Amino acid sequence: MNRLAGISKKRRVKIALLKALMLIAVAIASGIVIFLAVYVLARGLKGISWELLTTEPSYINDTIGILPDILNTLYIIIATLFFVVPLSVGAAIYLNEYAKSRRLVAVIEYAAETLSGIPSIIYGLVGMLIFCELFGFETCLLSGALTLVIMNIPTVMRTTQESLKSVPDSLREGAFGLGAGKWRVIKTVVLPCCVDGIVTGCILAVGRILGESAALLFTAGFSHDLNGLFEGLFKSGATLTVALYVYTKERAGLEVGFAIAAMLMLMTLAINLLAGAVKRGFKKRRDL
Amino acid sequence: MNIKRRLQSVMAAVMAGLMMVSAAGCAGNDGGTIATDGSTSMEKVIGILKETFEAANDGYTVTYNPTGSGTGITAVSEGRCDIGLSSRYLKEDEKEGGLTETILAWDGIAIVVHPDNPVSELDIATIAAIYTGEITNWSAVGGNDEEIVLIGREAGSGTRDGFESITGTEDICKYRQELTSTGDVIVSVSSNPSAIGYASYEAVQDSVKALRVDGVAPGEDTIKDGSYAVRRPFVLVTKTDEPLSEAAQRFFDYATSSEAHDAIKQAGAVPVE
Amino acid sequence: MKKTRRLEGIIHGCFLILGLITVGFVLLITVYLVISGIPAIIEIGPKEFLFGKRWASTAAEPEYGILPFILTSIYGTCGAIAIGVPVGFLSAVYLSKLAGRRIRTVAEEAVSLLAGIPSVVYGLVGMIILVPGIRKLFDIPDGASLLAAMIVLAIMILPSIIKVSMTSLDAVPKEYEDASLALGATPVETYFKVSVPAARSGIAAAVVLGVGRAIGEAMAVMMVSGNAANMPGLFESVKFLTTAVASEMSYSEGLQRQALFSIALVLYVFIMLINALLNGVLKKRGEK
Repeated sequence: MNRLAGISKKRRVKIALLKALMLIAVAIASGIVIFLAVYVLARGLKGISWELLTTEPSYINDTIGILPDILNTLYIIIATLFFVVPLSVGAAIYLNEYAKSRRLVAVIEYAAETLSGIPSIIYGLVGMLIFCELFGFETCLLSGALTLVIMNIPTVMRTTQESLKSVPDSLREGAFGLGAGKWRVIKTVVLPCCVDGIVTGCILAVGRILGESAALLFTAGFSHDLNGLFEGLFKSGATLTVALYVYTKERAGLEVGFAIAAMLMLMTLAINLLAGAVKRGFKKRRDL
Repeated sequence: MNIKRRLQSVMAAVMAGLMMVSAAGCAGNDGGTIATDGSTSMEKVIGILKETFEAANDGYTVTYNPTGSGTGITAVSEGRCDIGLSSRYLKEDEKEGGLTETILAWDGIAIVVHPDNPVSELDIATIAAIYTGEITNWSAVGGNDEEIVLIGREAGSGTRDGFESITGTEDICKYRQELTSTGDVIVSVSSNPSAIGYASYEAVQDSVKALRVDGVAPGEDTIKDGSYAVRRPFVLVTKTDEPLSEAAQRFFDYATSSEAHDAIKQAGAVPVE
Repeated sequence: MKKTRRLEGIIHGCFLILGLITVGFVLLITVYLVISGIPAIIEIGPKEFLFGKRWASTAAEPEYGILPFILTSIYGTCGAIAIGVPVGFLSAVYLSKLAGRRIRTVAEEAVSLLAGIPSVVYGLVGMIILVPGIRKLFDIPDGASLLAAMIVLAIMILPSIIKVSMTSLDAVPKEYEDASLALGATPVETYFKVSVPAARSGIAAAVVLGVGRAIGEAMAVMMVSGNAANMPGLFESVKFLTTAVASEMSYSEGLQRQALFSIALVLYVFIMLINALLNGVLKKRGEK
């Protein structure tokens, strides 16, 4: 049993030290997570009320409601996914099914890598220059959504690509053998098999959109007006995270800030669990 | 093709959700829209005027784009909005360029310290000396023996502009922290016993203490008559020789009338008589 | 037959365009940043801009030296790495090799949660807890400092370091470890002397990724670092490349605004260098 029996004291001390260091590191890391979660939830949960969730902010009554921000977040998610899914799924299909030149593939993948490394403040600036000023959309949810599209292409592209790779070649060859054209094979055999990748990518993208602030401040603005989807897209509006920023900053409304923070944290948790469940669910089905 | 059908039903559900959402958010209006653009400090005043105006005038909508005084002034001169909002006086060249200023209200800039700080009064010259780094310890002005931590706002902020021009400290303040919002200043000062900061009077809360300046405490009356010296104007900027649209004129008249006084007061600013 | 071939050709072309979309966006961003960033650099003078020590953008006689920002960004990133990498790396070894299944699952969930918390929340908690804490702990007049920013950044890069290191540690072939164990090494020795070296390029990638995250973060840092344009010092109030852009953008005009774009360009160059480095590291791993 005792493997350490025949080992010199020096080695034993070293091993014990390494073990201790690892435990300390884990303790620090988990301590931070637990502290942050408990602190934010403790300060935030009591601030979440039905009234907060379902009203507009009112200056006359001096109340803050985040319904417009919830809707704006929803609109921006819908608009972003609307553009990002076809673009990045198409790109993934090209890479996996069409591209023959390895060099081109490497260039495209490098570009995707680069896009995912660009900080959101730069996306904010470039989005402002291109969508708000060059295209003349002004600061509105659509400009924000388009900026987020560029940010999220790599995410959805990567997950789609991974699941495309896991589609067995025998399926494709079988379909080709039956005389189907390439596009037909992709449409009927390959695409349905990679739905899991697309869904996972979308969930991850939603997570990223929820947490984004720097890229949206300069592109989507920060009003809190209640709008419908289509008019809302052309008006300036704050998402939940931006609202969190604005409320804690301009009005020192820390209770509202922490309430939103707690909501965002719970949503993040839900999204992570959902992404995991989707992955597992699809995997199970494929294994059958 | 099970998956295809499933996808279709998901899409249908999403579309249905979309329609419900957009129906819920829709609000019909056909009276007119008044576009305002400018100072972020005027958010509360404009917000409350917007609400009271819209409640009394059915079909009119006021939009507010919080971009900053400079941008608001440019926007009105380029015709991108009806009324510009500025929390500083117009410069001479801006007036010559065809813009008119109408002072809507006054905003006091409170000099704030930690509630535990024994100092509760300073004069303008001392404040200037503190912010330029001539006085660096609270004991020199009757406080504890602690180094003074100067907290201010970022370059370009209307509050900073107002504070520095009144105290004559333009470009020479030795800030320890340059924060980007009123809220940040309040939070930072309230968590540091040796800090001093400045913030819009309406935002001052119990977590910080507002100093008397030249013996005068900031308050509605003292800000209005100017005896509390650290104040700045909230200005409505319009084009000098182009009439406002019917809707914008209506809003302008309302905002500058005595009817609006209560609303402006509620926002923490001081209406002009 | 001819018709279908033409159709296939068109479809192929469409996918090619979609495939090139990431490349297109990278070029677009690069071109835009260069176009909007270069004029101010020329007007101010490259040397004065990059090596000037004073930034006073709204003064009567404005000065635009960004050396303090560049150095702050570099120091801040190094500090975050120095704090974050040991903790993240040791945690990853523990979680990947020693932890039980259940602990591992919970820890992975916690790490994703940490990664998903909006940066504004980190800034808020940092401002309320960390900044006063540093002031009391070190008995200095004010806690908003480079050190506070380093700690916040270190926490923010933890998730990517833990995740990427874990992935590459998991990928070490079990035979390596078995061989080492059979030769009489203890498990802890095996993990550090066999598994870690085998996974070193993945761990290097994790570090580079962390550098990229840290140098690009804006919103959280803005709330804890004090934002005065000082030359960096551990307890000094400082401004980063990112926060310089974020804090002045909304009010800026004329040359000041252009200079902010130039700062963004400098930041972008840093990011591109880091990406190239990351790609090099990953490629090396691929070749092995």
